[in-house]
Formats: sequence, structure tokens, C-alpha cells
Amino acid sequence: MTLALEIISPERLLLARQVSMVVIPGTEGDLGILPEHAKLITSLRGGMIDIYEDDEIIDRFFVSGGFAEITETRCTVLADEIMKLADINRDTAAEQLAAAETEYRDVDEADPTAWRNASDRLITAQARIDALAHQ
Amino acid sequence: MPSLKSLRNRISSVKSTQKITKAMKMVAAAKLRRAQSQAEAAQPYATRMASMMAALAQGAASNPNAPKLLVGTGADKRHLIVAVTADRGLAGPFNSSLSRAAKARVRALQAEGKTVQLFAVGRKGRDSFRRDMADIMMGDVNFVGRKTVEFKDAEAIADRIIAAFNDGQFDVCTLMFNKFVSVMVQTVAETPLIPAAGGPANDNEKPEQSGTADYEIEPDDGSLLDRLLPRNLAIQIYRALLESSAGFYASQMTAMDGASRNAGDMINRLTMNYNRTRQANITRELIEIISGAEAL
Repeated sequence: MTLALEIISPERLLLARQVSMVVIPGTEGDLGILPEHAKLITSLRGGMIDIYEDDEIIDRFFVSGGFAEITETRCTVLADEIMKLADINRDTAAEQLAAAETEYRDVDEADPTAWRNASDRLITAQARIDALAHQ
Repeated sequence: MPSLKSLRNRISSVKSTQKITKAMKMVAAAKLRRAQSQAEAAQPYATRMASMMAALAQGAASNPNAPKLLVGTGADKRHLIVAVTADRGLAGPFNSSLSRAAKARVRALQAEGKTVQLFAVGRKGRDSFRRDMADIMMGDVNFVGRKTVEFKDAEAIADRIIAAFNDGQFDVCTLMFNKFVSVMVQTVAETPLIPAAGGPANDNEKPEQSGTADYEIEPDDGSLLDRLLPRNLAIQIYRALLESSAGFYASQMTAMDGASRNAGDMINRLTMNYNRTRQANITRELIEIISGAEAL
């Protein structure tokens, strides 16, 4: 029993293959998706997507946010920005974290959308730094 | 009767023009291939996004607190038209047909008593609108000097539109662009951007029919839509930009093909003319020589 996984960025279809399990970073916590999962639509926070084949991680991606649509047989990840774990650049990641921290500090808390965007970006930047530890 | 020298000059100048148009055609063909594959690559995301939107919008459209981006402000008074043209010309009627359609649309809306604003994407459209509609221009962007359009560009445009919408500058937003039908045909297309749901028109459809209602939603409908709607807007714009750029190169290729053929015809005509003139000169000289010899 396998699950059809699709990872799509706005520019292109990045990956489409059968996998036994995938772990995606939902906004409410990481989700391990196996075949026969209940139908679900969720937004994603910045974090790692781990692709499993027979209990082993065969591929790891870093996603900066997006959405996922899950059905019993299929998991579609619509990623904002996605890269292979190995492609994360330490210096750029540090710069992005610094920028996100500044933005979060200066954001107008009365504006809920701006505040949410800033905090999303901060979480993503922090997750990117954390992901470096797994490289 | 033009002199032989001036005919020779004209032939060589038309020939070099033809060389340029031929080269432009080849370049446009290569760029068209790239633009087409870029547009195809962007297709899966847009398709999935649309199905996800449909699943969520069904439930949310009837909700009185539905996001304004989805259902609109409830008014239909102030319009924003986003017109996508190219930055360069020499592409047949590509830019002019879009500007004309956009202007016609603006006048039609104004005749209905609505306030209209224009947002121009692409330099050619901007120049055309500035000439006779400068007072209603909200803003413009162009990609002069850029090789390809990226999703970030579309996102930047979407951000500006959403910011203006949240600021209460307009109620309805429509996107106009050249749709790539085939290499020979590009038609002007319109897509509603705001409200995304096309108003409460889908009330009369049965909500459960597509079976999308049984999705679990995380974190919840409202906050998911808050994230999804701006994204969807950016995707729509991105698709329009890609279609428009593929259409532009197709149109340019067709135009340059026609130009090369016309130049070829012209060269033939001029060469014929040149040869006739040359022969007439020879004949005249011969007559002069013969009649001179006879007179002796």
C-alpha cells in the first residue's frame, strides 16, 4: 500500500512518486501521512518534509510554507518555496533570520494580517536555521 | 525611372532588413518554446490550487464573515482593471489589441456610471494608457531587461493589489491579458480576481455534489482562506503573465515571419525592376551605337 506524493511549487512540479509515508509540517504540528489517511486540507509552516520508503528517509526537503491536500490515496503539497535540505545556504539562512527578527520586532501589532505574516516569516526563518543541523 | 545605383542600394537595404526580421523570428521561436514550457510547468500548481479553492469556497461563500477577497465588498461601484501587455513591440497587434480592449472596457464601465482605475503591467500598455487615460492610472510595473518572469514578480503585483483593496480603493478587480490559444491565435481574456468566488452566484449549486465538503480543515476555514486567497490571486496573475509572455513571442514570431516574407517579395520586385532598367539601358546604348554607325 503506497501513497501518491506530489510536491509542487508555483514554478513547476518538483516531485511525483509513490511513497510509504511522508511527514509534513502542518501549522498545528507535524503530520505523518500514511495511505488511508482521512481527507484533510491544511496550511503548512516552515519546516522539513521527510519522505519515507520502508521506514527509511529517502529524501528531505525544506518548505517555507504552503498548503497540503490529503486524500486516502494521495498527498499534494503546494509549497511556497521549496528546496532540498542539502541546498540550504547557511549564510543566506542567517540573513533571512535576522531580517525576519527585525520585521517581527517592528511590526504593528494592531494589524493582524501583518502580524501573522511577520510571525510566519520568523517561524520559517528559525525553522530554516534548525534544519541546517540535519544537513 | 530610378537609377541603377539607387535600385541596388534599395535592394541591399531591404535584404539587410530581411536578415534582421529573420533573426528576430528565430529568436522569438526559441523564446516561445521556453515560455511555453514555463507555462506548462506552472499548470499543476494552478490546477491543484483551483480545486482546493473550490472545496473551501463552497462552505465559506455563504458565511457572513467570509473574507472580502472571496466574496467582495458587497458593492460594485469602483473597478480596477489590471491589463497585462508586453514590454516590447514588433509583435503585430499583440499590444494594441489588448490596450484597445482594456480601453473599451473602461469606457463601457464608465458609461454605466462606475469609477474605474487602471493598473498596467508591461511598458507598452502603460505608454498607451498614459496617452489618453493618465488620470485613472493607479500604477504600473514592467519587466524591462528581464529574461523570464518569476513567481516573485506576480506575488509583488498581487501584494500591491491586495494592499489597495484592503485600503478600500476599489470593489471589483478584473485581470485582462492575452491568452495563448495557439501560435497563430491569441485572444484577449478576462479573469475576475476580486471577488474570487465570482460573487454569491454558486448559491444555487448543491454544496455536497462534488464530495469536497467532507474534508477536514486545519487550522480552520477562516485562517486557511486568509492564506489561500492572496496566494490564489498571485497564482492567477502568474499564469496570466506566463500566458501573455508565450502569446507575445508567438505573436512576434508570426509578425516577423510575415515581415520576412514581405521583404522577400519586395526584393523580387526590386530585382525585376533593376534587371529591366539595366536591359533598357543596354538596349538604348546599342541603339545609339547602331544609329551612329548607320549615319556614317
